[in-house]
Amino acid sequence: MINVALPKGRLGDKVYDMFEAAGYECPSIRETNRKLIFENPDTGVRYFWVKPSDVSIYVERGAADIGVAGKDILLEYKPDIYELLDLQIGKCRMAVAAPKGFHDDGERTLKVATKFDNIARSYYAGRGRDIDIIKLNGSIEIAPILGLSDVIVDIVETGTTLRENDLEVVATVVPISARLIANKAAFKFKTGAIEEIVSKLKGLVERNGQDL
Amino acid sequence: MIDERLLKNEERAIYALRALYRSYGYQAYKMSKFEEYDLYLRNKDFLISDRIITFNDTDGKLMALKPDVTLSIVKNGDDQPGCKQKVCYNENVYRVSGSTRQFKEIMQTGLECIGSLDGYDVYEVVSLAAQSLALVSEDFILDVSHLGILTALLDGIGEEGGLRREIAHYIAEKNRHDLERLCRENGVSPERTDEICTFIGIYGEMDGVLERLRPLCRTATARQALGELEQLRALLRGSAYENRIHFDFSIVNDMDYYNGIVFKGFLGGICEGVLSGGQYDKLIRKMGRTGGAVGFALYLDLLEDLETAGRDYDVDVLLLYDGGTDPACVASEVRRMAASGKSVSAQRAVPAKLRYRELKDLRKEGRG
Repeated sequence: MINVALPKGRLGDKVYDMFEAAGYECPSIRETNRKLIFENPDTGVRYFWVKPSDVSIYVERGAADIGVAGKDILLEYKPDIYELLDLQIGKCRMAVAAPKGFHDDGERTLKVATKFDNIARSYYAGRGRDIDIIKLNGSIEIAPILGLSDVIVDIVETGTTLRENDLEVVATVVPISARLIANKAAFKFKTGAIEEIVSKLKGLVERNGQDL
Repeated sequence: MIDERLLKNEERAIYALRALYRSYGYQAYKMSKFEEYDLYLRNKDFLISDRIITFNDTDGKLMALKPDVTLSIVKNGDDQPGCKQKVCYNENVYRVSGSTRQFKEIMQTGLECIGSLDGYDVYEVVSLAAQSLALVSEDFILDVSHLGILTALLDGIGEEGGLRREIAHYIAEKNRHDLERLCRENGVSPERTDEICTFIGIYGEMDGVLERLRPLCRTATARQALGELEQLRALLRGSAYENRIHFDFSIVNDMDYYNGIVFKGFLGGICEGVLSGGQYDKLIRKMGRTGGAVGFALYLDLLEDLETAGRDYDVDVLLLYDGGTDPACVASEVRRMAASGKSVSAQRAVPAKLRYRELKDLRKEGRG
């Protein structure tokens, strides 16, 4: 039995669709109820829904053998896992955004508001820029408007929220998408079953890519 | 006489492992809990975590609660040309633990072989690592890699560190998609990229891996590393656990310190590697000693997670007595039961959470 941690929400639904299309269906997951764990002994998978930012924890600590997490979470928390496949869904980017017309003259410490302090720190460390990280948990866009920060480092999908708040992307930190991850120890003991899932999902990703 | 049923997994392991290491001539090594902080500062990349608990000694010297055992052993040993220092230890270390990211006291046992090493020594240590895992659980995998293969693969790509470190990181993650992107962004040729990515997919039982590896080993460095892996494979042939030893090049220890064979051990039911080791000749040279070194550590605290048969009872017998019971009668009953191999708890009242198999009430029958 392979335990799969799925991220709750829209991304999770898309991920399950992919697993189903790859032959790992579990019809009970489609039923409307409050259950969190679903199992199909015929296909040998047990799915459970967890908060997207917790998927890597479930996988790293071995409660799930595999799971699907956004690259943003993997970069931020650096879990000790295998990252086996880019599922090419949930695509967006981690970006630096600032009020329109903002110019960073580099003469003073840059104030950066973000939920992703490790990603922001490593991005600016790579550029030798002195920064002051302001860790926020939501509504990041408001920080530069109220003067709390000069810029923000956040996930940008369509850019609508930024535009509506007179912000613009000034740099892309890293492209983001959903990744299939595996617990390192589980991979050793369930190699064949996990490889088979990776191979089937990979075929699907490649076919989807050709259809676009 | 030790009743094995009373021992926890880690306690049983300590005893069995010490006997194993002594049988191969490894001498027990006991060290202080503290070391001067400077030792770790100079070699912090060698440590699994660079977070160290420090304090000032009475003379003002900055000290550290030992986060690692190997550095102390290397520092305190003597070189004897042609000979090997073979030591084993069982020590607590203090460092930030992998998955919890908090300071923990970690009990580890392991061994080091330092000096004029040859292929036999490397085999002996790898074999002892496999035997150590087997003593704890039959369900184990020992993954072995060779950093010489990785060095050869990365030869000529970028500067030391930087790009090479990133490539090694993705190899450790078996992350082919990001590795391809990284190579593309840094101008690595498609042929070379393909070669590096092929490397990620090579893992599993030893003979199959060697077969797939041979055509990729074109430089002298790669062929030498391949030769060492082939020698190790040949020496392991016929051992009881050979199909539990795999080659997997995602085992990537810090290349500033480690070289040659490196390995990691896993046990079924434990979510992270429980054993880690390898050759660290570069550390030996950095610390002013000659020759080579190979060793490993087994993290005993992780064995807590191994499934053990749960106990249904806390004691076999709950012996109840009161103020009117003759103490000599209580003492005699407890002695009699303990001698017959039963565990017994003498109490004046029934403890709320105590689970007992049998109740013996002396309150009426044992009056003096």
